Amino acid sequence: MSAMKTNQEFLAELPRLARPEIPYTTLNLGPTHPATHGIFQNVLQMDGERIVHGEQTIGYIHRAFEKIAERRPFYQITPLTDRLNYCSAPINNMGWHLTVEKLLGIKTPKRVDYMRVMVMELARIADHIICNSILGVDTGALTGFTYVYQWREFIYEIYEEICGARLTTNMGRIGGFERDFNEIVFEKTRKFLREFPAVWQEFEDLLLRNRIFMDRTMETGAITAERALNYGMTGPNLRACGVDYDLRVHEPYCSYEDFDFQIPIGTTGDTYDRFVIRNEEIRQSLSIVRQALDRIESMENVFHADEEHYYLPPKQEVYRNMEALIYHFKIIMGEIDPPVGNVYHAVEGANGELGFYLVSDGGRTPFRLHFRRPCFIYYQAFPEMVRGQLLSDAIVVMSSLNVIAGELDA
Amino acid sequence: MSELTFKIIFIVAVFGISLFVAMYTTYAERKLAAFLQDRLGPNRAGPFGILQPLADGVKLFFKEEFIPRVSDRLLFIAGPAIFMCTALMTSAVIPFAPDLEINGTTYAMQAADLNVGILYLFGVVSLGVYGILVGGWASNNKFSLLGAIRAASQNISYELAMGLSIVSLVMVSSSLSLRDIVDQQSGWAWNILYQPLGFLIFIVCAFAETNRAPFDLPECETELIGGYHTEFSSMKLGLYLFAEYIHVFISSAVLASLYFGGYQFPFVSDLDPGPVKTLLGGLVMFAKTGFFIFLFIWIRWTLPRFRYDQLMNLGWKVLIPLAVLNVLITALFILF
Repeated sequence: MSAMKTNQEFLAELPRLARPEIPYTTLNLGPTHPATHGIFQNVLQMDGERIVHGEQTIGYIHRAFEKIAERRPFYQITPLTDRLNYCSAPINNMGWHLTVEKLLGIKTPKRVDYMRVMVMELARIADHIICNSILGVDTGALTGFTYVYQWREFIYEIYEEICGARLTTNMGRIGGFERDFNEIVFEKTRKFLREFPAVWQEFEDLLLRNRIFMDRTMETGAITAERALNYGMTGPNLRACGVDYDLRVHEPYCSYEDFDFQIPIGTTGDTYDRFVIRNEEIRQSLSIVRQALDRIESMENVFHADEEHYYLPPKQEVYRNMEALIYHFKIIMGEIDPPVGNVYHAVEGANGELGFYLVSDGGRTPFRLHFRRPCFIYYQAFPEMVRGQLLSDAIVVMSSLNVIAGELDA
Repeated sequence: MSELTFKIIFIVAVFGISLFVAMYTTYAERKLAAFLQDRLGPNRAGPFGILQPLADGVKLFFKEEFIPRVSDRLLFIAGPAIFMCTALMTSAVIPFAPDLEINGTTYAMQAADLNVGILYLFGVVSLGVYGILVGGWASNNKFSLLGAIRAASQNISYELAMGLSIVSLVMVSSSLSLRDIVDQQSGWAWNILYQPLGFLIFIVCAFAETNRAPFDLPECETELIGGYHTEFSSMKLGLYLFAEYIHVFISSAVLASLYFGGYQFPFVSDLDPGPVKTLLGGLVMFAKTGFFIFLFIWIRWTLPRFRYDQLMNLGWKVLIPLAVLNVLITALFILF
């Protein structure tokens, strides 16, 4: 698939047009279809099992988060970001905190950065577990999915120890975390690092060299690097095409430059490459988590920036200390006087560049906030990627792109 | 006991056994899947959940009977019925145990010893696809139709290879009667030793004929929602699902009979005809059948499924040439 063909060109190549009196079948893939995880719709024109043309419909779960955010103080926007890519909510949370910190000019201590890195990489692992195991489900192998899913649960238990929530975490605060990691966090993360790689290896063995799986995924939904870049694709889906673009390396944030890891890249940009890339990214993330954990444990117990204007004072201080009470009140009411200006900050989300464009007019809420959601961009490429392929391929491609409806619609 | 009375009792018993085994195959499937996936599986209804199939049946009976307004009502109802009937009919020619001799009377442990048993089996199994086709078409739903078309083309393609693999088996045993074929395999003389390639082709086709993973394209839930049974509810859905398990049971029994000696087992074959031999033979037969049922389940929960075109390629470009080759090799062996 080099340059994108127009519909007419594509139709002209089809042998079926010898009998143009027979119309194509319209098939509604979604909004309620088991493979459209979340809600979105594809209106497919089918020639038997072959897809002639696909058209996407989005907006089924549009909740107007960007507009809601314009009426909320900064710290109240964190729970909105949870609901973008709900498979890796902590990355969204951290991305938002980093954006606001960039606006406010807060410098976070190294330990806070490492804590964030650890949480973000755990979230990345959880997201990739879901994406790759669901790819297995969509090709018909349910066993791998249920087998590795309990480790995603285990990551959720780690979140639970950090912030008390599991899926929509609302983790951390502007300036750091609300509390230090407790012993159980370290214990559970160590256990995860010890036991998960073997489980993942088993999962990989089940699919990676499986003839049926390879036949199903190779050369399906392939996209060239050029087309992918034109669409604005990022993350694992772009790296599968052979472009080594990763924000953690190209524009390091949150002290990622202190870590030693590699960026896996693919060659063909097909479904199989995306699967392999995500597998390898899980390995790299495990290594980052290990490095971060060692550093966190060896450092002093600092878990937030020392910014009394923006970071909530400890509760016991609020009851005893006048200054603390004032700051508590002001921060809770959103009266933190942010500077006027606009910032863009992007983090390497689990499935691509997750950006926050924040315009502040100095008021208590953002003047304008825009989320750059990678899923929104991937889904635009979907019709081109499945055109001329079979219905089964469309399902597999959709799940390997990891389109999350919450992030797609915002 | 007259022969007619015995036959009637036996047929009812085979009927009951088929249903019972199919029922507990669903339980075995769920338990084994749970084991393979590191879960518990059904464990609430009765000890270890052994009443689960009953609970499922009762649940299905109490569900709302939904017939889409745009469907073809008569065919919609006929579909599951055809599928279930043909599934149950196949058990007629399977010899379940050695003959029982009491007081000089011989009772055959087979509902009907047709001299064209294999052809009968083949014909009835082919009829089964009508149940799917009729049900899928009558639903008036595109997903159902796609599932039904897939089922029809899949069954036709794989029947050819299956038929050819049986041709070479028939060449070895020179009989079309299942009973003769089983009787020839006494002791260790199982057909698998003479027809290893034929067995492989047959088992792949058996998976395709029963619409089981990795060939479960007609109902693959991630693409076609439910395939041909998308629109069915209540016990009509139950019949479709249940008939699949009867197919699994019958296919396993046929596999055991054709290639693994059926009720034949080294010592059991040497016993004098009588109740003991019949009982042991029956047990051997069910053990072999059970093994194949296990194989069906094991494979389902391990492999991903094929894509439609790959399935057709495998059937037409790999299995049929191999089956023809197998016929030729067998012919050469018989000739020299």
